[in-house]
Amino acid sequence: MPKATNADDSDAPDGVQIDLISGERMAGMATMEKIRMILDGVHDGNIVILEEGLTPDEESRLIEVTMAEISPDEFNGIEIETYPKSDTRDSSLLGRIMGGDQAEAKLTVIGPANQIETLHKDETLISALVSRN
Amino acid sequence: MGLFTELKDSISRATDRLFSEQEPKRIGIYGPPNAGKTTLANRIARDWTGDAVGAESHVPHETRRARRKENVEIERDGKTVTIDIVDTPGVTTKVDYEEFTDEMGEEDAIRRSREATEGVAEAMHWLREDVDGVIYVLDSAEDPITQVNTMLIGIIESRDLPVLIFANKIDLDDSSVKRIEDAFPQHKTVPLSAKEGDNMDEVYDNIAEYFG
Repeated sequence: MPKATNADDSDAPDGVQIDLISGERMAGMATMEKIRMILDGVHDGNIVILEEGLTPDEESRLIEVTMAEISPDEFNGIEIETYPKSDTRDSSLLGRIMGGDQAEAKLTVIGPANQIETLHKDETLISALVSRN
Repeated sequence: MGLFTELKDSISRATDRLFSEQEPKRIGIYGPPNAGKTTLANRIARDWTGDAVGAESHVPHETRRARRKENVEIERDGKTVTIDIVDTPGVTTKVDYEEFTDEMGEEDAIRRSREATEGVAEAMHWLREDVDGVIYVLDSAEDPITQVNTMLIGIIESRDLPVLIFANKIDLDDSSVKRIEDAFPQHKTVPLSAKEGDNMDEVYDNIAEYFG
């Protein structure tokens, strides 16, 4: 678990915790370990930033597990934005041969939907406005 | 139609089925909520079977369970393509029951949100395990470059599934098919209005070509 502090502690500082998770830390993890780590962080109200993102299959499972954990008045899902190293336009045969569709260096920001007021992405910037609830 | 012509057509259909590749292909209709997926599924099903697939509504998550219409035979240029249409719930990463409380009571809103979450999870599972091709429906009056669309198209590409992008709602003033073509230039984009039935011949030509 990428916890420096526990957001539930009564003496925890009044702020938003940001977990920046290196590609190295994610490299040895199984898919469900990654998803558990992300969603545990988000459940605690943290913003989780992945240095190397997730594969498409892992993204699909993240959505599936997120849906299973949504409950009224407690957790209503996630906001997620990603910068792929190569965008979706590079899915030519050559792009695939060169690994264009596999996990590769990309930045992903994930946070609790009820705390992220806006999560906006343009060509060079992911901008998040986070409320402290 | 004369008896001889009917007989010839019947034999031709039987031959097509005999030599077609085994089972009908399962084609999943995916996309964000309110893009018109069920309207399109109903249009296709009514045109070729006479029956609808499910209820349509402006309220998000009207479709909360994947629904299948089996053995939809689409005839193009004398050849018959048989597909199973799977209409799926709109994929999203969040569902808040309070979004529905304007339209219904709290209890119904909570039930709807629970069913919606189960439906989205089921749709993702189907995408990984159970579909042979994808019709990805987008509202051409909305910005297509969203995280969910980019992510889903990436998932579909990673599975090497054939995909057709349908730019729906071209009857709306704000519609821009080019915006969708520019967002996903690596895939064929077909403009249509499922509600009005505009451009359905091209829709069926492409379904036959991609999934036949």
